[in-house]
Amino acid sequence: MIGDWLDIGPVDQIAPGTARTLPVRGGEEIAVFRTQNGEFHALVNKCPHKHGPLSQGIVHGGVVTCPLHSWNISLKTGEAQGDDKGCVPVIPLKVDAGRIYLLREAVVGRKAA
Amino acid sequence: MNAPTTVTEQDRAESAQVRERLVVIGNGMAGCRAVEEILARDPARFDVTIFGAEPRVNYNRIMLSPVLAGEKAFEDIVINGPEWYADNEIALISGDPVAAIDRDTRTVTTRSGHVEAYDRLLIATGSDPFIIPVPGHNLDGVVTFRDLDDVDKMLAAAENGGSAVVIGGGLLGLEAAHGLTLRGMKVTVVHLMPTLMERQLDEAAGFLLKSELERRGQTIVTGGDTAEITGRDGKVAGVKLKDGREFAADIVVMAVGIRPATGLAKAAGVVVERGIVVDDHMVTSDPAIMAVGECVQHRGACYGLVAPLWDMCRALADAACAEPTGYTGSVTSTKLKVSGIDLFSAGDFSGGDGAEDIVMRDASRGIYKRVVVKDNKLVGAVLYGETADGSWYFDLLKKGEDISPIREALIFGQAFANGGPSLDPNAAVAALSDDAEICGCNGVSKGKVVATIEAGACSLDAVRGACKASASCGSCTGLVESLLALTLGGEVQSGPKTLCKCTSFGHDDVRRLILEKNLKAIPQVMQELHWKTPDGCASCRPALNYYLLCAWPGEVEDDQKSRFVNERMHANIQKDGTYSVVPRMWGGLTNPKELRAIADVVEKYNAPMVKVTGGQRLDIFGIKKEDLPAVWADLNAAGMVSGHAYGKSLRTVKTCVGSEWCRFGTQDSTGLGVKLERMTWGSWMPHKFKIAVSGCPRNCAEATIKDFGVVCVDSGYELHVGGNGGIKVRATDLLTKVSTEAEAMEVCAAFIQLYREQAHYLERTAPWIERVGLDHVKAGLFDDPDSVTRLAARFRHSQQFCQDDPWAERAAGAHADLHQHLAEVRPMEFA
Ligand code: SRM
Ligand SMILES: Cc1cc2nc3c(=O)[nH]c(=O)nc-3n(C[C@H](O)[C@H](O)[C@H](O)COP(=O)(O)OP(=O)(O)OC[C@H]3O[C@@H](n4cnc5c(N)ncnc54)[C@H](O)[C@@H]3O)c2cc1C
Ligand code: SF4
Ligand code: FES
Repeated sequence: MIGDWLDIGPVDQIAPGTARTLPVRGGEEIAVFRTQNGEFHALVNKCPHKHGPLSQGIVHGGVVTCPLHSWNISLKTGEAQGDDKGCVPVIPLKVDAGRIYLLREAVVGRKAA
Repeated sequence: MNAPTTVTEQDRAESAQVRERLVVIGNGMAGCRAVEEILARDPARFDVTIFGAEPRVNYNRIMLSPVLAGEKAFEDIVINGPEWYADNEIALISGDPVAAIDRDTRTVTTRSGHVEAYDRLLIATGSDPFIIPVPGHNLDGVVTFRDLDDVDKMLAAAENGGSAVVIGGGLLGLEAAHGLTLRGMKVTVVHLMPTLMERQLDEAAGFLLKSELERRGQTIVTGGDTAEITGRDGKVAGVKLKDGREFAADIVVMAVGIRPATGLAKAAGVVVERGIVVDDHMVTSDPAIMAVGECVQHRGACYGLVAPLWDMCRALADAACAEPTGYTGSVTSTKLKVSGIDLFSAGDFSGGDGAEDIVMRDASRGIYKRVVVKDNKLVGAVLYGETADGSWYFDLLKKGEDISPIREALIFGQAFANGGPSLDPNAAVAALSDDAEICGCNGVSKGKVVATIEAGACSLDAVRGACKASASCGSCTGLVESLLALTLGGEVQSGPKTLCKCTSFGHDDVRRLILEKNLKAIPQVMQELHWKTPDGCASCRPALNYYLLCAWPGEVEDDQKSRFVNERMHANIQKDGTYSVVPRMWGGLTNPKELRAIADVVEKYNAPMVKVTGGQRLDIFGIKKEDLPAVWADLNAAGMVSGHAYGKSLRTVKTCVGSEWCRFGTQDSTGLGVKLERMTWGSWMPHKFKIAVSGCPRNCAEATIKDFGVVCVDSGYELHVGGNGGIKVRATDLLTKVSTEAEAMEVCAAFIQLYREQAHYLERTAPWIERVGLDHVKAGLFDDPDSVTRLAARFRHSQQFCQDDPWAERAAGAHADLHQHLAEVRPMEFA
């Protein structure tokens, strides 16, 4: 992926199986997840159903269960799983030397809806 | 030994001038392997000089672990001894590290001033161990684990016994811990993450590994963040964690990670990112300079294992000898070299997205196997306890073969998948003889299971009930299901609902087995009860967390990540993602101080709404998650605690004014309500629990639609249970009548404990009583005259561990990560 990467800090800020948030001034808040296996993913923190804050859901496997009405959202693709239909934008993320980076244009180019 | 030694300089070929001069920096695994590969292709092509910082010949670094453990000596792990250098006319300059590369003059200069010219330079400097810069990191006795000198330091420390702390529970750290344990030291491993080797293992396998190491006498501290290495007279004395725990240490091994050793290349102006950037032929940004091994970054990846080095060296030699083939990157697999522990992991096992997990657990033999399949290809594998099929899986994974023809048998391994009698598991079961044992725990043969089924047991549960097969650990559930299918054809009845799709057990079985088998952690339950998924789901994790907390009060750790958001945040999430805050108002009573505190909070945090709830207290809406701890601190200051309006726990105790004021009141219903609330608050339950106390049968507190309701009468207290005013209204059943407040409280505590111990997770008292019957509840409480006392005592015991205000803890800074944002992004245009 070519482009500017935004350093959002060390990996150990996020415990496995949890998520933390990154508000963006003038843009959409982002949820950064760490799975039980130590994989990192970032999504816009808004469930495709009724905009529940995905960062607050239970993370299992590569999926987060939305805290409001329990849709299961894939952390990799942002797609709702099972019979539910909808998709939330994925923010490209990379981990390098123990720090987490998000693709800047995906972070700041996203105006709040 | 530290003086520079030159092995073969005098023998160098006369024809040196016509050969190209190859200088290698790094006498390690990759540098020497690259030379071997080149010699194999064209022995006459280069004049080779190797510089090594270590004062010794080329040895197998990965075998330092067995050397530390006493299983091998240094001589056993030498790859190329002095004769290799001599025979191949290689000049080895060891113990004198290269200090600089000059690309203009094409020379390297060592620390002692030796200058060597090159036509081609190969950098193979490996990695440097990473040292976390905590106070005390440079004390005498803090060592890393990278070369023979480190091993010697550890061996010297181990001679006097004593204790060691290993910081880092990855591959290296655990191998160091193992070696030091065998050498007689008392070893503590401090690992930052909750799972050992979290990059290679999932939670389930990590848990098994931790249990095994603990059985061997090591202390394993997960989630331990080192604050400081303490010292005495310039020597290490111990390790202090951020949570205040402290461990004594005569030696501290730092094994928290490695960094590519890129300093030389960077100083010379070669392009370096995380590692020295190379192309597919291992050539750096300078065409005269190649690099190989752990110091390089190829297509964005850096490696820390040897397998990729072999492929890199092959590509390097092909290119250097003018037959370029190219290196395209490696898939790696991991094994832990700790004797008696079989562990293998490869590929991507993160799950999710069309990836499907196939899990096999055999608790009696301590085996956990998981393969991850995606698009009909094997993409990852984690094996613990039995790793014989590791290389077979790894091969399938690397080749990306279509596994659909062997999918059903994949988890059973190569022998079954390739040569088994049939790929249909039912056929394999059909082929078993009648006296073949199906259920090892209960000694049930195939004949007996079939007879049980023929006698009318048409579901898994019926078989379990009738002959006990698969009723204990459940590992033979698949076999019993096959027998059901074979015996009954399509008529198999699905049994009562299982806890969720991750298990074949129902709630009651899980609860019973947690007690019988002494299970005390979620991954342990999943292993022992043969969960079909690696880490459960959003249904079973919260249920298991509750069942464990209920079964072993004060003994098990609450698993925050298995809690629904409201219980994790100790507030109710709202549709807009903010939270509502409901402080406790004991029995519905309040006072000016509390009301002022609430009013102040509403103003200070701009809460858009405050409302009287249906539960006789006030609810403050629209609080942001980052403000919650401060809001709670303010409420705490006025003496208020969490109202648990969010919990599967006691919610409210509703009261009426009672005999103190009301002209009809028969007893002090308000006072009893406050006492009941003080006794029961904080307790975790299968579902929410509501209590009410009315002062007379007019029942103004609506006690007969509560989980536990008290209706006061002249002669005493009627105790009602199982009411619900929610989705499906249910009036209470009269449980009993008592004559004193003390008895009412005792029965209340006993009833709650019976409910806590028997109901299914997310089952309120009303559906629970509908399911089991009021008589069952009465029998559980009153058949044995001591039951009430015993149940109430168990309830009070467990309350000891629950009645700490969770808000106070958060207000004091606990779990700050749940409330604070990572950071805030302020793009220029909005600044
Ligand atoms: C705040 C409150 C409404 C109000 O403004 O009065 C309320 C609000 C909610 N109720 Fe309630 N219930 C409130 C009193 C009640 C009552 C009345 C009572 O307790 O006397 C009932 C009927 C009595 C009963 O429980 O039997 C009630 C029956 C429910 C139910 C249905 C329960 C059932 O067993 O059928 C749910 C859904 C659930 O729990 O699954 C529910 C769920 C909810 C939730 C938690 C919805 C949710 O899952 O997020 C609402 C949370 C709002 C919030 O963030 O605070 N609420 N809810 C009341 C808080 C009481 C308190 O002080 O803690
Ligand atoms: C204890 C231990 C156990 C391991 N177990 C395994 C395992 O089970 N499986 C596995 O796949 N991998 C394992 N590894 C990792 C494996 O050893 C490395 O991946 C491998 O050694 C990397 O080879 P390399 O040549 O890149 O680096 P190295 O083998 O480290 O070689 C680099 C050499 O360069 C020298 N050097 C550095 N700078 C200079 C300089 N300026 N001048 C001259 N010389 C210099 C160093 O002294 C070193 O000798 C283990 C590592 C350790 C330490
Ligand atoms: S009745 Fe429904 S809408 Fe009203 S608070 Fe309860 S759950 Fe929410
Ligand atoms: S908002 Fe996420 S499931 Fe409804």
